[in-house]
Amino acid sequence: MNRVTVTGRRAAPPAEKVKGAVRLTGVSKVFGRGSSAVRALDQVSLEVAPGEFSCLIGASGCGKSTLLSLVAGLEQPTAGEVSTASSRVAFMFQEPALFPWLTAAGNVELALRARGAGKAERRRRTAELLETVHLGGFGGKRPHQLSGGMRQRVALARALAQDADVLLMDEPFGALDAMTRDVLHDELDRICAGRRLTVLFVTHNVREAVRLGDRVVVLSSRPGRVIAEFDVPIERPRRIDSAPVAELAARVTDRLREEMSRDGG
Amino acid sequence: MAVNNRAKYEEKLAWLESLEAPSPEELRGRRLATRAWAGTWPVLLAIAIVLAVWELIHLSGWKKDIFPGPGATLANLWDQLHTGLLWHAIATTAERAVIGFGLAVLIGGVIGALVSRIRPLRAAVGSLITGLQTMPSIAWFPFAIILFGISTTAILFVIILGAAPSIANGLIAGVDYTPPLLLKAGTMMGLRRLALWRYLILPASLPAFVAGLKQGWAFAWRSLMAGELLVVIANQPSLGVLLSTDQDQSDMVSATAIIIVILILGIIVDQLFGLADRGIRRRWGLTSTS
Repeated sequence: MNRVTVTGRRAAPPAEKVKGAVRLTGVSKVFGRGSSAVRALDQVSLEVAPGEFSCLIGASGCGKSTLLSLVAGLEQPTAGEVSTASSRVAFMFQEPALFPWLTAAGNVELALRARGAGKAERRRRTAELLETVHLGGFGGKRPHQLSGGMRQRVALARALAQDADVLLMDEPFGALDAMTRDVLHDELDRICAGRRLTVLFVTHNVREAVRLGDRVVVLSSRPGRVIAEFDVPIERPRRIDSAPVAELAARVTDRLREEMSRDGG
Repeated sequence: MAVNNRAKYEEKLAWLESLEAPSPEELRGRRLATRAWAGTWPVLLAIAIVLAVWELIHLSGWKKDIFPGPGATLANLWDQLHTGLLWHAIATTAERAVIGFGLAVLIGGVIGALVSRIRPLRAAVGSLITGLQTMPSIAWFPFAIILFGISTTAILFVIILGAAPSIANGLIAGVDYTPPLLLKAGTMMGLRRLALWRYLILPASLPAFVAGLKQGWAFAWRSLMAGELLVVIANQPSLGVLLSTDQDQSDMVSATAIIIVILILGIIVDQLFGLADRGIRRRWGLTSTS
């Protein structure tokens, strides 16, 4: 596992420092005005410790993606405060969002260029990052020549290239088949273990949330509100089909069902 | 022993398969030939049909004294290709086309870039650009001739007015249709302002820009031909000058031959744009045959 630590990152900051943490205090977000206004998030307060892997889960329309956009700074909250300390934030979308005019390596390299890396460093880091996501030999391929899983790997390498402290993931594996998703779960585990990444991972797949997260945060629907939080004390490496994962997933699902039946599904 | 037999069997099988399967080079050659033929035969057939219909009209005796058949016309074209005059004319016309279109790309590109990014500017001149695009360029010639006299400048002026709006509009469309998701990804990556333009918006606009270039070229070519017929400059043979001389001398055979030359030049340039467009689509994975 030496490979993941040789990528030139400085030693991770101690956990006491707030750096890398995400904090939302009483955050609300309303889209539109007047009678057509939609309250997407209502008084959400949430704190993610540095290096923590948090999963956000909820039925569709619960404002999960809105929450990520707020943390990313792509949108501004209507009320409340979002802080990411001084950390750099990377974003992975459900679609790979790769640039079709660039090769896989070119996509990763552009992220390095955007933060001002020199030519030699760009080349070296691109090779390393593609190696990290097991795409060593595919740097010259264009996005359309890669499979869905490979594209998401490139997107992951591109997100890692930003050397971010916070990684926001919006259902990044939602469009992949179960087997590919399984493999990518393992890789994400391995990559996160090698660097101190604070991850906010949005999904509607309860098992995936339990499989990956240190903590699972359950949101209600319309408006999105935090209704429950589950710590995941299951030791890694985990398997999505293991008994502890299934058991905790069942408890989370029960809580979600309760919520959904309350507002009529 | 069993292992040995199996290995031998597989070796033999591979050898048998190699007998039937053509080598990769052979395959590639065959594919290329097939593709070339697939692209060529419809063209050849179309040309043959046009020539046949033309010959039939000629044989029917319609306007017998003035309407030439394909035989006489092609023979005349062949003769003209052996005189310096036609080549000289083609060179003059091509030079004007390149300079005029080049300037139009430059001006249209800059205007397109500015209008697509500066909101008040778009409100002010956005619809004006589309208005200019629909303006028949021949209407500009009196204006241009009064302004610049009977000169190449007048012709270039009208080419630019004809082509630049389409080119600007192509770029504006490309910028407008840059997928929001890619813009989000770029912003998250830390691309800002000029870098965002250079590395994201411009490359993302390329297909629409090329479409604009293609349309701009069509306008430029029409403006040029109109210009050369209207702005006849002495001692500067161009395709337009040759045509208007033919008109003066009622030389229908030569006029038809020149029209064929103009048509062929137009088709060649159009093919070049098609090539560029297909190249982009292949790189982006927008075609079924990658």
